[in-house]
This record gives sequence, C-alpha cells and structure tokens, in this order.
Amino acid sequence: MAQPLVKKDDDRDDEAEYSPFLGIEKGAVLQEARVFNDPQLDPRRCSQVITKLLYLLNQGETFTKVEATEVFFAVTKLFQSRDIGLRRMVYLMIKELSPSADEVIIVTSSLMKDMNSKTDMYRANAIRVLCRITDGTLLTQIERYLKQAIVDKNPVVASAALVSGIHLLQTNPEIVKRWSNEVQEAVQSRAALVQFHALGLLHQIRQNDRLAVSKLVTSLTRGTVRSPLAQCLLIRYTSQVIRESATSTQTGDRPFYDFLEGCLRHKAEMVIFEAARAITELNGVTSRELTPAITVLQLFLSSSKPVLRFAAVRTLNKVAMTHPMAVTNCNIDMESLISDQNRSIATLAITTLLKTGNESSVERLMKQITNFMSDIADEFKIVVVEAIRSLCLKFPLKYRSLMNFLSNILREEGGFEYKKAIVDSIVILIRDIPDAKESGLLHLCEFIEDCEFTYLSTQILHFLGIEGPKTSDPSKYIRYIYNRVHLENATVRASAVSTLAKFGAMVDSLKPRIFVLLRRCLFDSDDEVRDRATLYLNTLGGDGSVVETDKDVKDFLFGSLDLPLVNFETSLKNYEPSEEPFDINSVPKEIKSQPLAEKKAPGKKPTGLGAPPTAPASTVDAYEKLLSAIPEFADFGKLFKSSAPVELTEAETEYSVNVVKHIFDGHVVFQYNCTNTIPEQLLEQVTVVVDASEAEEFSQVVTKPLRALPYDTPGQIFVAFEKPEGVPAVGKFSNMLRFTVKEVDTTTGEAEEDGVEDEYQLEDLEVVAADYMLRVGVSNFRNAWENMGADCERVDEYGLGPRESLTEAVNAVINLLGMQPCEGTEVVPSNSRSHTSLLSGVYIGNVRVLVRIAFGIDGPKEVAMKLAVRSEDEAVSDAIHEIVASG
Amino acid sequence: MARDLCPSVKNILLLDSEGKRVAVKYYSDDWPTNSSKLAFEKSVFTKTLKSNARVEAEISMFENNIVIYKFVQDLHFFVTGGEEENELILATVLQGFFDAVALLLRSNVDKREALENLDLILLCLDEIVDGGIILETDASIIAGKVATHSMDADAPLSEQTITQAWATAREHLTRTLLS
Repeated sequence: MAQPLVKKDDDRDDEAEYSPFLGIEKGAVLQEARVFNDPQLDPRRCSQVITKLLYLLNQGETFTKVEATEVFFAVTKLFQSRDIGLRRMVYLMIKELSPSADEVIIVTSSLMKDMNSKTDMYRANAIRVLCRITDGTLLTQIERYLKQAIVDKNPVVASAALVSGIHLLQTNPEIVKRWSNEVQEAVQSRAALVQFHALGLLHQIRQNDRLAVSKLVTSLTRGTVRSPLAQCLLIRYTSQVIRESATSTQTGDRPFYDFLEGCLRHKAEMVIFEAARAITELNGVTSRELTPAITVLQLFLSSSKPVLRFAAVRTLNKVAMTHPMAVTNCNIDMESLISDQNRSIATLAITTLLKTGNESSVERLMKQITNFMSDIADEFKIVVVEAIRSLCLKFPLKYRSLMNFLSNILREEGGFEYKKAIVDSIVILIRDIPDAKESGLLHLCEFIEDCEFTYLSTQILHFLGIEGPKTSDPSKYIRYIYNRVHLENATVRASAVSTLAKFGAMVDSLKPRIFVLLRRCLFDSDDEVRDRATLYLNTLGGDGSVVETDKDVKDFLFGSLDLPLVNFETSLKNYEPSEEPFDINSVPKEIKSQPLAEKKAPGKKPTGLGAPPTAPASTVDAYEKLLSAIPEFADFGKLFKSSAPVELTEAETEYSVNVVKHIFDGHVVFQYNCTNTIPEQLLEQVTVVVDASEAEEFSQVVTKPLRALPYDTPGQIFVAFEKPEGVPAVGKFSNMLRFTVKEVDTTTGEAEEDGVEDEYQLEDLEVVAADYMLRVGVSNFRNAWENMGADCERVDEYGLGPRESLTEAVNAVINLLGMQPCEGTEVVPSNSRSHTSLLSGVYIGNVRVLVRIAFGIDGPKEVAMKLAVRSEDEAVSDAIHEIVASG
Repeated sequence: MARDLCPSVKNILLLDSEGKRVAVKYYSDDWPTNSSKLAFEKSVFTKTLKSNARVEAEISMFENNIVIYKFVQDLHFFVTGGEEENELILATVLQGFFDAVALLLRSNVDKREALENLDLILLCLDEIVDGGIILETDASIIAGKVATHSMDADAPLSEQTITQAWATAREHLTRTLLS
C-alpha cells in the first residue's frame, strides 16, 4: 500500500497543492486501521494511520457509531506496543473518540497501568485520558492515584491531575472536594504551572465559602506566587474579595489595594495588565487609586506589540466612560494611535478621544475620523457613530459639524445596521437639539430619496410626519414625501400617504394641495395605499371644504394607541363577527406585568427609531400616560416630576413594594408598585394606609386601591395628597399595606372563598426638596449664567465637615440638590484640593435655576463650599440655600 | 461562575493561506456544529487576511471574542478567548503554540511541513491547552514533551533498533549514576 506520509522531495516544487492527505478517503483509512490488529505491530505505520484518522476527524468528518466502536477496539490493541510515540497517538485517539461507558471499561485497566508507570509521560497522559472519559463510579477507584499524582514530584504529572480535577469538579464535586489537602500542598509547589493549576482548583473547591477564599487570598498576597498565570488568578480572586467586602468598609483604605498596586510593578506584562484592569474595575474607584493603573496603561499605548496597545486602549476606553478626566493624560498617546495599522486599535483610540476630548478638539478629531472611516469595517463604524452621537449631546454647540459628518457617512456605502445607527443618531440629535432639527430633517429627506432599506424609509417617513409640520416651512418636505409615492414599494408608499395626511392635518395652508396628492393615491395599485388614502381623505374632510382639523382627527392621526398591544390582540381574537361592532373601549388598559426593570433604568435613555416617538419614549412620558388614564388625577394639571422608584421593602420579602413620587403643582401622588411573591396567596382589596402626621402641609385626597393582587403580577396603588400650590413642601410618611389574603390552591389555581384581613408594615417615605427639582442641563453654562444676571443671586458659604474625599462631597451636594451637573463638572480630577461644579435645573413653578459651587478641602479632610445660586426668582434662590442649609 | 475567573481558551486554529484547516481544536460550546466552526474560521480568516501579523501577533474582535493571530509563510495561527479575557494571556498561548511548532518543524514552518508532521502538531495542541485550561505556554517545554519519541524504557529489546537500544542504555546508565 502506498505510504503517503513518506516525503516526496522531487515533486515538491511542481506540485503546489501537494498535501500528504491528498485524496484521502474515510473508507480506505478505516481499512488501513486493520494494521492495528497485526500480531507484529509496526509502530510507525500505526502512528501514521492514527494521524490519518485524526486528520479526518479534524476536517469535520464523522464516524458512525459502528465505525467508531470498531476503531476504538482496534486502537485498544495498540497498548501492547511500548513505543512512546505510538502510545501518545493512542491517547489522543481515545480522547477524540470519546468512548461510551461500556467501552471505557476495556481501556481502564491499560490506562490504570500507565497511571502507575515509571514513565512520567505515561502517567501524565493516562490521567488526562482517564479523567476525560471516566464516569463517577470509576473515579472512586482511581481517586487514590489521583491524590498521589497531585503531589507528584514531576510537575507535568501534578498539572495533569490538577487540571483533570478542575474538569471533574463540574461533574463530581463531592469527590474532588476531598482532595483539598493535596491541592493545598500543590499550591506551594516550586513548579510555576503546578502552582497555577493548584490555585485554580483550590479556589473552585472553596468558591462558596467566602471566608475561606478571603483567607486564601490573604495568605497568598503576602507570599510569593511564582507563575505569572497564577499571579493573574490571584489578582482576579483578590478583586472578587474586594467586591464582596466593599460594603463593610466605608472608611479608610480599600483592603488589598496595595497588593494590586504592587502587581503593577511585576515583571510580566500579563500581570501588570491584569492588575491595572482590576484597579479600573473596582467599585467606586477613586482618582487617586486609578492614577497608577492609568500610568502603566499609558506606557502600553506606545508599545511595539499590537496586543499590548489593544489591551491598554480597550481598558482606557472603558475607564473613559466613567472617569473621562482620568484618561485625558493619555490623549497625546491616544492621538498617535488613530493612524494605527490595526483598525481595532484605531477605532478604540478615536472613540476614547471622543469621550475625553473637550469642545475645542471636536473639529480636529472629526477631520481625522473622516479620513479613516472608509477603511474600517461596519461594526467599527457603528462604534464611531455612537461615540459621535454622545459627543454631540455633550457639546450641542458643535451640532453643525457633527451633523454634517453624519449626513456625509449616511451617503456612503454601508449595511443596514450601520445606516440604522446613523439614522437613529440623527433622530436623537433632532429631538434633543432644537437648532439641529431643520438641517437634520433635510438630511433624512435626502437619504430616503435613495434608500434601499424599506424599514428605514418607513421609520423616517413616520418621524417626518411628526416633526415636519412643526418646522418653519413644512411645504418643502412635501416633495420628498410625495416622491416616495411614485418610486417606492407598497410598504413605503402606504407610509408616505400617512405622512402626507399628517401634514394636511397640521398645516391648514397645505391642505388643498395635500388633498390633490391624496386623491391621486386613490388609484394606486396596492389596496393598503388606496385604503389609507380614502381613510385620510374622509377624516380630513377632503370633500373640498377646507375646515380646521378638529381635535378628534388629530388624536386619531397623532395619538398613540394607549392600549397594551397584547391586550388589544387578545380582544380582537376573541371578537366574534356579529351585528355589534368591535368596541375598542372594551380592551382592558391594565398592563398585565409591568416592566419594572425598564422603569428603573436611570434617566432618559436615548431611544432611536426603534421606539416610535409617540410611544412612551421615556419614563416621564410613561408615567404621564399612566396617571392621565386615572380620572381622579385629571385636574391635577401637568406632571412636574416623577422620582426614581424607592424600595419600601427588603429584597426577597413576601410582598415587594416600591414607590414612585409624582409631583404636581398642587398635588403629590404616590404610586406604590406592589408584587405578591407568594404563589399560595391571592391578595384582595389591597391598599396602602398612609400616615402623614409628620407631613403637616399634606392632606390626603384620593386613594386608588387594588382590587386583587395575584401571585407575580405587579399592580399599582395610588395615593394622592393635596399640598399648597407651588410650594416645595416636605415631609415624612409612614406606610402600611392593608389587604385581605386568600389561600390559593397552587395545583388548581383557585382561591378559597374566605379571606383574612392582614397588614404589612412598609418602610417610611420622604418627600424632599430635591423632588421639586428637575435635572435639566444647559448647553453653555457660562452664557446661561451671564444671561440670568445677578439680580436674584444668592451667595453663601457652608462647611461640610470631614469628608472621605472631595468627590464624595461633590456627589453628596449634587444629590441633595437633585440638579444636573454641566460640562462634566461632577468629575473631580485626581489630587485636586479644590473644585468648581456647575449645576442646572428647573424648580417647581418652572423656574430655571443655575448653581455654581466652589469646593475646597483642607488637611484633615474638612470640606467647605461657596454656593452661588442664580434664578429668575429670589424666593427660589433662597429656597435652594434652604435645601443646603437644612441638608 | 467561578470557572470564569480561570483564564480560558475557546479555540486554537491553524489554517492555511486559503483558510483551510490544517489543525483546529475547539474547547467551548460556542460553535456546536462543524458548519458553525467552519463559518467562524472563514470569517476570522477573511477579516484578518490583509493584516500584517508576521512580525508581531495581531489582535481583533469577532462576535464578542478576542482573536489573537500570527502568520508565517502559508500558515495562519489563531487563538480565541472570551471578550473579558486578558489579551496578554491569550497572546502568550499563541506565542507558545507558534514557537513550539517552529521548534518541532525545525524552523521550516509551512503548510506542507505541518501536514507532513501533523501528528506533532496535534500532540502540540494537546500539550498546550486541556479542555480550555492552559497547560503550558513555554514553547521549549511543549516541544520537548511532544518530541520524546524514544522507546519506552521498559520495552523488551526485540522491539528496538540498535540505535534506540543504545540510547536506552545510555539513559539507563545516566539514571543509575544520578540516583
């Protein structure tokens, strides 16, 4: 038989595609495997056949059950040979075949013999193979040998046993846990990798015992760990211990920080990096703690190794999201990376710069990015687009150049996700920066002239319908929209018809022309387009008379469907065709399970086109909608502010309740979000009894109890209070949940007839001054400050007493006032002894308030501040001082 | 969960200059089928093809994985790890594999040589990572473990050639002298 593995040196050059496995075929190789059964084994030949089998498996070939069994039995014969090379191939082959339990028994004795061989290589490999293929029962038989192997003098054997232990811990934890004495001993090994594997296993054995892990870390951080890999492990365990103990240490230094910092001076780069990364990821890391880590990462930025540069810039990029000031020192190194050969590094560098840069550098950066956008992949482009969007929101004055950039890249080639990211960004900019609206809308109009994505076209048309009519010259958009009716597919055409109707409804002067256009659509080839055109012509009164569009029509065109779509769908499905038309009012409005997590999301998240603007785009809108649906609250006026949910129960109690404070001019509404976490209970007549004796200015007016609160279905209870109009009244409220509880048979889900009345004490709730302050930023604080003038300025100085750090003091004051920090002044540069924060907000009664606070810290950490408040109303300025004085 | 703390390798790939497999080894379930593996290899190969990873190892991200790669002649070496993995640890694994292969193929590192010595390459992979856990990263140790192709010391002489017998005898002698 031919020997393909023999080198054919002579035909090497003329046969470019030469491969020793050329024309290899599974059937033939399986035939060749018969040599394993020869009485006189040829080790070399057998090795070659095994290599061929492995090659086939590696190329993705599969063996049938019968084939695999046959090969397996043949391979077991090869244990007779004492050729080391062949034996190693046998080990590999057995691992690849992953034999079944009854097959394993055949090789067990051979492998156990090898486990006790004098040859280290046999011992190590036999352990790995046996542990890979074994099951629990066999493990007890070989446990003794494995324990011995863990403390074997030969590091390869010890490592093999330890690594096998790590794998076995997943399937047979109770057995592996018995080895901890041996593993402990192996941690002290002189061999670097043995120590690494032993440490890995020991930690996993003890992972559920926090105290033991903490002890392990304490003893090892003092000792010497030899291998860099083990040191990396230790750093990871240390940060875990720090994370878990963080709550207990409010003051003083962080435990183990010194160890992490020491690792920054290790000689292995992987350890330095691991430590630097661990420091940047510490909870609430301070600038002082960050500095040494940033310094080593900065050195990595100019390394000749791409991997090092990548690792460093990726970490700094993450740091820049939370501590932009800390990263600014690296800006020069970062800029040189923009032209890095490795585009991943360049992209990360650019986006980091966009996060840390100041207003003046925007234009220069944009120029550099423009040069480099064309030669990076779409996924990186999306990263850049997102960075630009946040930059634009940070520096609204620069919207012009940023918007131009976005519109330029919108015209270039790109996939759907990329284009969607750009369009989303433009939409967000239009919504948040009024000045950018007109130019942004025109960019979008131009884009849909030549847009291959139906989804994007319809979304943009929808958005145009909402925003277009409100612009100074709505007529200029009509051409773009009507072009769609001619040129696009039916989906886009229908969408364009709806948009035209919205213009018609809002802009009376355009009405006659819109009617003409809509009438033309009546001849469209698609029935949806025709239907829409007919519907709109009728609702808008397209019979020729130009009348002012009444409120109902506007509601119909612009109002959102304030029904949960799920409920709507169910109702429609249940509707049986009859004389009686479907009544939309019969659809229940209560949302079955309220997405609490979504409401807890901090602040306004930029929502792109994904969420249509009429849907609850932000929590405030959602709350407004929720409250306006309750008739009792209808005359409370406009909702001023809704607080973040405050938990009134501990986590994992029987009933979980949190509360949202809704502030109106003359009222406060508490929205209690309740969840019943007991499957065996149904609560009925659930209400919250509020004692407002410590809130004198408030008097209770309305309570909206819940009729029923079944298991795991959140419900809301509302309690409304009247308070003096426009006055920021404060007070403390104690709450008691009162209800009738009924037992539920969990198997049938039916509740018993009779219930028992019960009460459940909730935590107290406070209305504080910050509840009357809206976090509203200004784009240019200095301009705003000067325009406001000093007429109603109030300045005073306060001592804040000893504070842990300046950052802590700044955050405390910002939280107390509930105002929006401007121009990134909430971040205190490291090692600063003084700091100025600029805050902006809107106080109840719609009074804009600007605050400038100069903080100073002296030796024993005494913090003092000078607070200057400007607003349109003296009383409000005084009120702000009042907040600080009483806080 | 704690398993995540241990540095882990998701796969090691050795492809040729057309992106075809020379030898690959997967340690994670991220790519359950052969076709998903091939798709990953194809995407990684085409996206790294143009980069210059011949002097220093290069790095990129694919589908939330870090891929570190280095090329020599018509061979492309890749090591993949999770998004949160320490890049430098993965780079050390790649370098260990790369250098060990160079030692084993006696610096004549190309596809043809690699295929002709595929047994060595497969053993090499086996010595570097076991089920995702790094076994060894020192190239000379890895190559040393792979290259012990001598006879088992306890083997009967009949199976040995004269030279092998000589070597065994010499080894025996040294061991007796040392112990």
